[in-house]
Amino acid sequence: MLIHDTSLIFGRYVRQTLRSRFQIFFGILMPLLYLFFFGPLLTGLPLGSTGDSWQVLVPGLLLQLALFGASFTGFAIIIEQSTGVVERMRVTPVSRLALLLGRVLRDALLFMFQAVLLVLAALAMGLRAPLPGVLVGFGFVGLLTVSLASLSYALAMKVRTPQEFGPVINSLTMPAMLLSGLMLPMTLGPAWLDVLSHFTPFRYLVDAVRDAYVGSYATAHMLYGVAVALAFALLAVTVGTRVFRRAGA
Amino acid sequence: MVTMPIISTSGLARTFTTKAGPVHAVRSVDLAVMPGEIVGLLGPNGAGKTTTLRMLTTLLAPTGGAATVAGCDLTADPAGVREKCGYVAQSGGVDPHISVREELVTQGRLYRLSKVDAIARADELAAHLGLGELLDRRTAALSGGQRRRLDIAMGLTHRPAVLFLDEPTTGLDPGSREDLWDLVRGLRDDFGTTVVLTTHYLDEADALADRLVVIDGGLVVAEGAPAALKTEHAGSPDASLHETFLAITGRAPAAADPAPVAV
Repeated sequence: MLIHDTSLIFGRYVRQTLRSRFQIFFGILMPLLYLFFFGPLLTGLPLGSTGDSWQVLVPGLLLQLALFGASFTGFAIIIEQSTGVVERMRVTPVSRLALLLGRVLRDALLFMFQAVLLVLAALAMGLRAPLPGVLVGFGFVGLLTVSLASLSYALAMKVRTPQEFGPVINSLTMPAMLLSGLMLPMTLGPAWLDVLSHFTPFRYLVDAVRDAYVGSYATAHMLYGVAVALAFALLAVTVGTRVFRRAGA
Repeated sequence: MVTMPIISTSGLARTFTTKAGPVHAVRSVDLAVMPGEIVGLLGPNGAGKTTTLRMLTTLLAPTGGAATVAGCDLTADPAGVREKCGYVAQSGGVDPHISVREELVTQGRLYRLSKVDAIARADELAAHLGLGELLDRRTAALSGGQRRRLDIAMGLTHRPAVLFLDEPTTGLDPGSREDLWDLVRGLRDDFGTTVVLTTHYLDEADALADRLVVIDGGLVVAEGAPAALKTEHAGSPDASLHETFLAITGRAPAAADPAPVAV
């Protein structure tokens, strides 16, 4: 039943996305701008990494894509609340977990597709990285999207208006991006900043993807990255499903 | 044999916690609806009508009391309630960018029909509700009356024993309203569907409902057949429902209400 319901909801939202080219490509613009206009600044800098600057920057941009893309997915459900679609589905016997999973898996597919485009553009800019590492990176984009999109839907169902939702998301995503070292490795900074950044889950994810991009898979970074990404996803999906079950007031 | 109520509630209540303190949207509602009845929940805005429906359809957990809908306990077996009742919210519930057909088929599949059955059911519902020509239109292209019929078709997908309608004719022109009344009567006459609807249109309550339940301040303040209520509260079965209402709730019709005859 869960698989039946999830694929039904997933199919509905995939068709919705395919109807809108704008939605498919929107969101990739910002990481592309960083790639084209910020990436070249790093090529000659000592970044304290085993690989070259593209192997440091591109993992960060991939997670930036997921961070900003997935965090704003809640806007769609605010619209669906006002048209009554969410309640209409909640009075059917459909699994509550499927109502969430169908949506977030569509989001994961969308942002992984954008991640592929971003990596192709990065290859043209000079990125060279092992294929397994690149695939691991897509996996992290998918997991992070599932987590953040779940939380985004949960928040959107709680606040209910775009006027409240937008500012909250903005005030969370910017510090998250800066503190997790998506642009430059945090190890370059002072110790206090490096310590602080370990309090954001994204720090562990970006460290893991950077290891993957230089072909080091059996590392402590990878272990922590996978563990944090899975734990975060589990927590977020639990929170999100609760909201679909109880969305009351 | 004594017929058992298809819906029964006792002391059903919902309190919302807000920053300004608790809000008792529904204080205590006792209802007994018999199979095949059309019952109108009537009351001023904010009386607790919609909150009551949202509880009976499992959208909102009660904070007090108990209820059984179509043989299923509301709290213990919400999944059973969902399989047996249909709900049409005031806002409807279709995506404006999706075709009538796709919405109807998806709805069928959400009710666990096979793909083939869901497609057949969509055609059947569209024919029954006069939407046959409109199956490939986007729902945004429908008129108000057509939209409302689609919303109801969505709620009837699984042939529910009980249909809940929240303000079904708000915003419709007089012709469409009467079509909708005929449709609701037909559901009861042809399929034995029990219908519980909320309204603040007195003419609608008078014309459609077998029995009225007047809710005010989260409590049932009166109930009975329209004629009985008029006799009891306004002194004559020929009294207007408007006078009856004033006598029951002690309140004049809400001035800001756009309804033609509203309380």
